[in-house]
Amino acid sequence: MLAFILRRVLQSVIVMLTVALVAFSLFRFVGDPIVSMLGQEATLAERVELRDALGLNDPFVVQFFTFVSRAMSGDFGISYRLQQPVMELILSRLPATLELALVSGIAAFLFGVGFGVYTALRRGGWLSSSIMTVSLIGVSLPTFLIGVLLIWVFAVELQWLPSFGRGEVVHVGGGWRTGFLTESGRMSLILPAITLGLYQMTLIMRLVRAEMLEVLRADYIKFARARGLSNRAVNFGHALKNTLVPVITITGLQLGSIIAFSIITETVFQWPGVGALFINSVRFVDVPVMAAYLMLIALVFVVINLIVDLLYYLVDPRLRLDRSAAGH
Amino acid sequence: MMTAEPLLSVRDLIVEFPTRRGTLRALDHVSFDIAKGEVLGMVGESGAGKSLTGAAIIGLLEPPGRIAGGEIRLRGERIDNLAPEKMRRIRGRRIGMVFQDPLTSLNPLYTVAQQLIETIRTHMDVSEKEARARAVALLDRVGIPAAARRIDDYPHHFSGGMRQRVVIALALAAEPELVIADEPTTALDVSVQAQIIDVLKEICAERGASVMLITHDMGVIAETADRVAVLYAGRVAEIGPVRDVIQAAEHPYTAGLMGAIPTLTQTAPRLTQIPGSMPRLNAIPQGCAFNPRCPHVFDRCRTQRPELIDRAGGRQVACWLYDPATQEVRHD
Repeated sequence: MLAFILRRVLQSVIVMLTVALVAFSLFRFVGDPIVSMLGQEATLAERVELRDALGLNDPFVVQFFTFVSRAMSGDFGISYRLQQPVMELILSRLPATLELALVSGIAAFLFGVGFGVYTALRRGGWLSSSIMTVSLIGVSLPTFLIGVLLIWVFAVELQWLPSFGRGEVVHVGGGWRTGFLTESGRMSLILPAITLGLYQMTLIMRLVRAEMLEVLRADYIKFARARGLSNRAVNFGHALKNTLVPVITITGLQLGSIIAFSIITETVFQWPGVGALFINSVRFVDVPVMAAYLMLIALVFVVINLIVDLLYYLVDPRLRLDRSAAGH
Repeated sequence: MMTAEPLLSVRDLIVEFPTRRGTLRALDHVSFDIAKGEVLGMVGESGAGKSLTGAAIIGLLEPPGRIAGGEIRLRGERIDNLAPEKMRRIRGRRIGMVFQDPLTSLNPLYTVAQQLIETIRTHMDVSEKEARARAVALLDRVGIPAAARRIDDYPHHFSGGMRQRVVIALALAAEPELVIADEPTTALDVSVQAQIIDVLKEICAERGASVMLITHDMGVIAETADRVAVLYAGRVAEIGPVRDVIQAAEHPYTAGLMGAIPTLTQTAPRLTQIPGSMPRLNAIPQGCAFNPRCPHVFDRCRTQRPELIDRAGGRQVACWLYDPATQEVRHD
């Protein structure tokens, strides 16, 4: 178990270093930072001086090492555009994105598993067929279109829900501003969460359905029925648990993409999160923010992957090889 | 067997599969009895309907397969038309089933203890602790060494033979009166097949449970069963005490089957074989299903289907050769 965790952590470190290399190259290849910082009017002497002061004349390896060691202490430099430390900027925006991703991720998982199990058990029923058809739309429509359609129906025509922003937010210590605690905050969350989670939900639902149909055909399900176990015990105790083993991986990875791809949803709904920050930074070639965002997303994926592997380990006893198979 | 009331009585059982190109009849008027404590062997080629008969009895036919006629009675009470919930209570409690492949019969994510206790508590009103004690006793009885310790292992910690013992323990957990064993040794190593059959037979004998042993292994039948039913193309060809059927088969198909078994004493240059193969369900010939392959075929076999005819010694055979009318005409 310990060796397994250590091995996975080591792999994660390698992945993060690779991403850091890519993020670091951004500084060198997306324009000259000296120009961005001093502007057109600076003299050549000023430029040379700044270049020296910033250590830009050091060898590549030294610069990369400096970048990584600063990144590890959370120092990604100062945003060109906003003249604020990048880490501060991202941390102030992160709660918005995390709350949105968490809500849509949980909703996608719950509804995805629920619908998936339902459509697998009631195969051929009219409601199942309808859900499957509607899910096709969820898979095929692009996210921004779904967002715009939802805004049109629920914000413009029906006027039930706000069309943009995060509503009223409340400070809950440590600089975390939450929208969960106010009425307008919760209302504002609904449309973006649906938009962000719909694709993931349909994906999880289709996966659960396919896996469940497969599992229901398994011999151990037939044997469970032959022992007279109730339908409930067979479907939810025996079949669902086996179904969830592969679903966990996909769901975990999807949670990563929910955070990463919240860019589109945040743009459509003017959601003040990290994604929107990133898009604006791209527009102004704000390289430090872009690099930090890249590292952040990579970190999210790496951590989630690690958690998924550990979950797998907990759910499936066959992976726990600490006890050697004692056969006869 | 002419004993009082059979434990299980199957009469004219018909199982059909509706398909786009017409309805296929997979079991056609299958009738047999199993007495209390008796081991009935059920033999036949692949597709003859052996497993289907077992699935129909325990009420687990896979849709679209359905019982289209006939009766199944357990101690005189009809069980083929019970509501699903009532039938569920019979499964495991009164009829247990052992499947072919022990590697896939157990849920890999639950320990043996969890699966046994769940089964026991589904059917019996006992506490968790009592159920566990029963489970350990069962595992011990089916020959799992150090049962009290091994019970908390997962199925993948056991070998194939051991897993089949666990499967038998599960099937017998709620003390059923009838155990349907569907090719219980086919997936196992030859060296453990005999042990598994012995365990199954012994425990059922102790408890007075009857066994319906589905197999295509005549050797297993010969050593284990009291009576044997031979299925061909979804119909019963012959039923009788094992010794009689093996030594003096009456139905030409059974005779052909027995001739195809190699023996240690005879040194025949070639094993006999039955020409042709079993008809597909959509092309079962008129009259006797075996008539195109039968060496003794005559006109009546091609037009009229033979019913089971009672013979001496509690035997039954579905063949016109044994019809009194035929014998008068043929004088042989």
